[in-house]
Amino acid sequence: MVTTTTARDVAGSVLDPELPVLSIDDLGILRDVTEDDQGRVHVQITPTYSGCPAMETIRTDLVEALTTAGYQHVSVEFVLSPAWTTDWISDEGRRKLEEYGVAPPAPAGADGPVALTLSVRCPHCGSVDTRESSRFGSTACKALWVCQSCREPFDHFKTL
Amino acid sequence: MSAPVVTDRDGYALAVADDALISAQRMGWWISRAPQLEEDVALANIGLDQLGQARALLASVGDEDELAYLRDERAFRNVHLVERDQSDFGVAMVRLLLFSAWQSELYAALRASSDPTLAGVAGKAVKEVAYHLDHASRWVVRLGDGTGESHRRVQDALEQEWPFLDELFDGSWLDSALVDQGVAVDPAGLRDGVLARVLPVLEEATLTVPEVSPARGGGRQGLHTEQMGYLLAEMQHLARSHPGATW
Repeated sequence: MVTTTTARDVAGSVLDPELPVLSIDDLGILRDVTEDDQGRVHVQITPTYSGCPAMETIRTDLVEALTTAGYQHVSVEFVLSPAWTTDWISDEGRRKLEEYGVAPPAPAGADGPVALTLSVRCPHCGSVDTRESSRFGSTACKALWVCQSCREPFDHFKTL
Repeated sequence: MSAPVVTDRDGYALAVADDALISAQRMGWWISRAPQLEEDVALANIGLDQLGQARALLASVGDEDELAYLRDERAFRNVHLVERDQSDFGVAMVRLLLFSAWQSELYAALRASSDPTLAGVAGKAVKEVAYHLDHASRWVVRLGDGTGESHRRVQDALEQEWPFLDELFDGSWLDSALVDQGVAVDPAGLRDGVLARVLPVLEEATLTVPEVSPARGGGRQGLHTEQMGYLLAEMQHLARSHPGATW
């Protein structure tokens, strides 16, 4: 259905407030967009982390974007299952993250414990001579790393 | 053995939620007080994960704000481990080690719960808690296998926290029908898995497993330690003093 595709395009283009180069489609948190014959749009998104404070902002932004695009009745639902994984970040999303200065996550694999990160490539100079400075960074989804080649600190999107 | 006080799904979800909520409140205390800035951020993030787990569970029981801010002490079902003061960094790390090891086992098992919310929260949380456990393990090893002073203090912390571990494995408060129906996880069945996670860390940290009697417990029945009242006073006073306030 053409209209459903359009509502999905509008929803998918909403940006993550913490990483404003990524759309929620790039992040893989947009699960489903449906529109019924009354023109009501229902959006399902899944949180990255249980306590991610960006989710409320994303909900508000979704309603605003869809309302601006002419959809009068918009509902947004959080779905927990299946749990989001960084493997759902698109290739395009990974490229944008790196350009933005955030090292993208390693593959999470299936159901393992915390993945072993062998080395994280510096998004500034490309060196793999980097070290973790703090496992917990400015947001729940990021760790703080330092490049030993160019000496710049950078964020690493944690594998989840 | 007392009679089970939790006989339905909501009561069980509240117990799991309250452990996470009260732990999150204690974690928040460390913001601006941790030994280094990165640790402020780490403990805030860990608390935020726990708060998120609690919110999803509370919202499945009723109004999350009312449940968090307007319930009286006797209605909270959290264990004593998480509610007591943790203004010593060694205590905070030992407690996080025990609690996150237990949450790891609990959430791993709860992924198979017949209740979709419990299973959904567990599926997300199990991955977050792996980071908490790793963080606490690294600190306990660093402190235990560190200086004489840090070893002494983290051993003291272990002696203080260890008696509260048993309450996590007590299932007398829980109607066994909930376990049989696949809603809840039998607490007693988690002990071996938790110890298998904790004991190697203590060994690497050169710490001695305390020989102490278990504490009395009672948190699941709503019987709390004195410090719970002070915690709730801080957590709830704004919502109670200014009903309906928004900002």
